[in-house]
Amino acid sequence: MTDINICVQIVETPIQWDQLTDKVADPNAGAQGWFVGVTRRTTGPRVTETLAYEAHIPMATRELEKLAAAAIKKFSLFQVVIVHRIGEVPVGEASVVVGCSSGHRPETFEALAWIMNTLKKEVPIWKREQYVDGSTEWVHPTPADGEQA
Amino acid sequence: MQLDVLLFAAARQTANSDHVTIEVGDNATAADVLQALSQQHPQLGSLLPSCRLAVDCTYVDSENPIPPDSEVALIPPVSGG
Repeated sequence: MTDINICVQIVETPIQWDQLTDKVADPNAGAQGWFVGVTRRTTGPRVTETLAYEAHIPMATRELEKLAAAAIKKFSLFQVVIVHRIGEVPVGEASVVVGCSSGHRPETFEALAWIMNTLKKEVPIWKREQYVDGSTEWVHPTPADGEQA
Repeated sequence: MQLDVLLFAAARQTANSDHVTIEVGDNATAADVLQALSQQHPQLGSLLPSCRLAVDCTYVDSENPIPPDSEVALIPPVSGG
């Protein structure tokens, strides 16, 4: 699937957000919005040293493309960018960046939340916590975990 | 038929391999694949109830037939973002 309104990337290096900003530009857009997900240091009482992400890369790419296309249709967006980093992501660095543009701001605000919530349920990417105590743990949320992962 | 099943995340770590091979009937469904994984690779057992299957990079339902030579992947609950 290719679409000039969609930019989807899975990268193994730090996400260069400043190089993505022009990808949501559109002369008819009155709103451009971005979500940057960064590696958090604490989960409850546990302290994270780093996160490592793994993906089924061909399938994750396809799912991200489907997600971007669905978001364009659902929220009448002009452009969508989704970049997910895999491999080791130190605390404080971006693991995912989502951007979009729309005629007015409500669609952009709603779309960013919807894209992230759907990504976290559908796209075959997994994170593994490495804690400062040396232990590691794959994160496999259950329905009871809600949206906190 | 023999099928290779791709493994990821905790399933890959549990099996200590990025794939396992299973033997299933020629008209196997996704549910049959999960059952075969449970029987033939019991170390995956506790993870399987929460996993989905993907065939050629698309999620499939339990009654979905598995074509020969397709790429089958075991997808544990995802945690991207």
